[in-house]
Amino acid sequence: MYKFSVLLFVLISTTGRSQVRISGKIVDNHNKILRGISISIQNSYDGTTSDSLGTYSFTTAEKGVHLLQASSSGYKSFEQNINIGEAPLNVNISLKEEITELKAVVISAGTFEASDQKRASALNPIDIVTTASANGDITNAIKTLPGTQQVGESEGLFVRGGTAAETRIYIDGTLVNKFFYSSEPDLATRGRFNPFLFKGTIFSSGGYSALYGQALSSVLLLESIDLPEKTSANFGISYLALNAGIQKLSKNKKSSWGVTYSYTNLALVYNLIKQKFDYFRVPVLHEGDANFRIKTSATGMLKYFGSFSTTNIGFRNQDVDSLNMKNAFGLKNLYMYHNLSWKEKIGHGWKLSAGASYSTNRDDISNEYQDADDRKQAITNDPLYANKNFTLVNKGQYANAKVVFEKRLFNLSAARFGTEYNYSNEKTTYTQYDGTLYPGTVKENIVAAFAETDVYLTNDIAAKIGGRAEHSEMLDKWNIAPRISVAYKFPDNSQFSLAYGIFYQDPERKYLPAINALHFASAMHYIAQYQVISKDHTFRTELFYKKYNDLIKTGLGNYSTFTAINNKGFGDAKGIEFFWRDKKTIKNVDYWISYSYLDTKRDFLNYPFALAPSFATKHTASLVVKKFVTRLKTQFNGSYTFATGRPYYNINYDNNTNAYKIFDQGHTKSFNDLSLSVNYLPSIGNAKARSFTVFVLSLSNVLGFNKVYTYNYSANGKNKVAVTPPSKRFLYLGCFISLGIDRTQDEINNHL
Amino acid sequence: MKRLVLFAVAICCASVAFTQSDKYVNAMKTNITLLDSMMSKGNGEDVANSFERIGDAEKTQWLPYYYAALGTVSQAYIEKDNSKKDALAEKAQQLIDKAEAILGKESSETDVIKSMIATAHMMVDPQSRYMTYGPASANLIEKSKSLDSTNPRPVLLQAQGKFFTPEAFGGGKAAAKEYFDKANALNEKFKPETELSPNWGKNSLQYFLSQYK
Repeated sequence: MYKFSVLLFVLISTTGRSQVRISGKIVDNHNKILRGISISIQNSYDGTTSDSLGTYSFTTAEKGVHLLQASSSGYKSFEQNINIGEAPLNVNISLKEEITELKAVVISAGTFEASDQKRASALNPIDIVTTASANGDITNAIKTLPGTQQVGESEGLFVRGGTAAETRIYIDGTLVNKFFYSSEPDLATRGRFNPFLFKGTIFSSGGYSALYGQALSSVLLLESIDLPEKTSANFGISYLALNAGIQKLSKNKKSSWGVTYSYTNLALVYNLIKQKFDYFRVPVLHEGDANFRIKTSATGMLKYFGSFSTTNIGFRNQDVDSLNMKNAFGLKNLYMYHNLSWKEKIGHGWKLSAGASYSTNRDDISNEYQDADDRKQAITNDPLYANKNFTLVNKGQYANAKVVFEKRLFNLSAARFGTEYNYSNEKTTYTQYDGTLYPGTVKENIVAAFAETDVYLTNDIAAKIGGRAEHSEMLDKWNIAPRISVAYKFPDNSQFSLAYGIFYQDPERKYLPAINALHFASAMHYIAQYQVISKDHTFRTELFYKKYNDLIKTGLGNYSTFTAINNKGFGDAKGIEFFWRDKKTIKNVDYWISYSYLDTKRDFLNYPFALAPSFATKHTASLVVKKFVTRLKTQFNGSYTFATGRPYYNINYDNNTNAYKIFDQGHTKSFNDLSLSVNYLPSIGNAKARSFTVFVLSLSNVLGFNKVYTYNYSANGKNKVAVTPPSKRFLYLGCFISLGIDRTQDEINNHL
Repeated sequence: MKRLVLFAVAICCASVAFTQSDKYVNAMKTNITLLDSMMSKGNGEDVANSFERIGDAEKTQWLPYYYAALGTVSQAYIEKDNSKKDALAEKAQQLIDKAEAILGKESSETDVIKSMIATAHMMVDPQSRYMTYGPASANLIEKSKSLDSTNPRPVLLQAQGKFFTPEAFGGGKAAAKEYFDKANALNEKFKPETELSPNWGKNSLQYFLSQYK
């Protein structure tokens, strides 16, 4: 009993008695001083926070063996048993840095990420619609970024010496065929998809991941929006289109659906703005889309998006081979697109992304050779003129499916693998002037498997290593493409990346079916990038070299079209690019500057030898400026683009040498464009307004520069006609009203 | 003797128990007093760490974690380095989650903190993050008000938001006035549940009200 009371006495007396000082210094694994680290003795209140010199000091009344803890976000917790006696203790602590998404280097060579929630972005959907020269078109906005060419006579993105066909576009991971409205002669058609359908845009001008194939130059990855914030109805009216739509969010906010319909008729526009072409059917479009989105669990999302559109256009243009004669071109298009995607975390660090898309396209194209009074001229004795009368029906069916499994490994490292299936079936029926039918079918099944891994060694160094294997049924060939990129972050948070990869692509469909067996064309990319990104500034520079092999060469096939004959083409491209964006220096002004230098030559199609291709120029620069004037509730946008002249050639078959020959060549004059747009938001800040209205006014080529994209030659080479935009300037005026949803906060925050 | 010892043990136990809770209350009081001054000096982290230590030791009290979250998110507001701002906001989220877990429910007070956390995340990159964090922050303020209509803090947050919003967007000094007045009226009537319960915000309320004089 006595012993017990003594024990008790000792126990009581030790608590609340002599205080012992514990102190030391805290550093990280690079021996850098750490301030703000919490140090404590487990299960006691005793502890402190390290000061700016990394030192800490506190007193405790605890005695005996206790656990000393130190922790801070971004570092692995430190724990050590200490024996507290009577003497002061000195414990120096070293904390190990944790590899986190916030601190880790980004593997970014070749890529512009425009969506990432956690990182400063290059371009987001609002950036796209407020880029003056973009006119609300995604790819037009992308054309203000480095690496792209200002090609105005045909649609698509021409990236780093590549053709438009070398850029592929993906929505939610699956390939989109016929992203652009059907081609019209000497015109760049727009993309079919509204920028507001997408929350993020990633533009890669090379060196992209093994998840993507069948693109020699570039991929544009679009990620569709998730559930809307609120139920809303939207209306749009402009002098060329009307649209209406509804987005309905379910009461439990777990699912939504929406439909939109729009009608476009350019009759009024073409009456007001003089067009180069003489329209006998002014463009009329009917378009509709529908979507549903379902949150399948806390981490899962199922999305469907579908759209249809019909187009009807007909116009006459001066014939290049004759005086006073015209070509009357007609196009009717019917297009349908469906995309279903599902993302889910399936436990144990596994993530599944699956998607499928299906689309159908039908073009009914006709061309009539007409005289000055618009009467058809049926000529049969000269094939050059006879063949100007024809009809062409293109029917295409496309399907794409992709499954990606991702497993999170140590730190931020992850492994990804999956498979992709790509189907296309294109039937063309060409009806010659005399009624002779030339049917053709090109069918392709591509099966691909891919795997890649992201390895984060520390926060400062990471690598992405992957590979992709593809089999083409049409070519009856396999390819294996390695992809590697590494990134290193400097202590000042700037970073340096390198990327290497091989990319394969089928021969372009319009040169098929081929006369001989073909194989894949390939491109090898080497990219070095340096970038500094902060909240208000982005600076990026890239140096690249791209080597093309096995490009297709063409010869004359049936009915005077070009047909692929072999894979003996080749080429290369090298250059340097700069990008600077600044949102801070000038108050309420956001601007970016891009500059691209490109040196490229290629021998492909009917080129007699390696030439600087007619779709590429050496120097391209863009300046995009946006300024919001709060007092006027108005945003002013301007963009200026300059490009040096592009080469053009008259290449024809020389019967004397039995080879293609350049009969004439030159450079177009340099390209300049200044576009302005104004967005007026009258209901902004009116908390009681039930609707949100935006007025948009945009004017392209304000200064009226004469733009010449290239030249068309007559068959005999004696006549050369400049290919210019359909109108010198273009004016757009529209108004968009959204009911039930308040975008005020949205706008405010865009301009903070 | 035996009785005496038992008595002594009983006294000791009682006094230990008493000092334990006394120690808790005193430590909390000291740190709550420190909170305002530390926060204004940009040392919110230090006091947040102290609260976290108390929370870790006590295990069954939600208030230490609540105050730790408040100190941390306040630090996130003034932090200029964006990656640190996000990290602090995430840390504050972990702390407020712990507080709610102990409390067993979400309360008007915890929603105030969660709204502040969402705002801190948004401030890192307003343009791309507004869609996610803007409505989240506003919804939490509304939820906080609905859980306790007498709480002045959600109204104070709303008032500050208005104050810093440009006039053309429906904000500004004048527009914020009615919210500050409302927060002030609520504040005058507000009685904290216990002496340790949340009762902050008076200083900044006084500061903003003085801007109207």
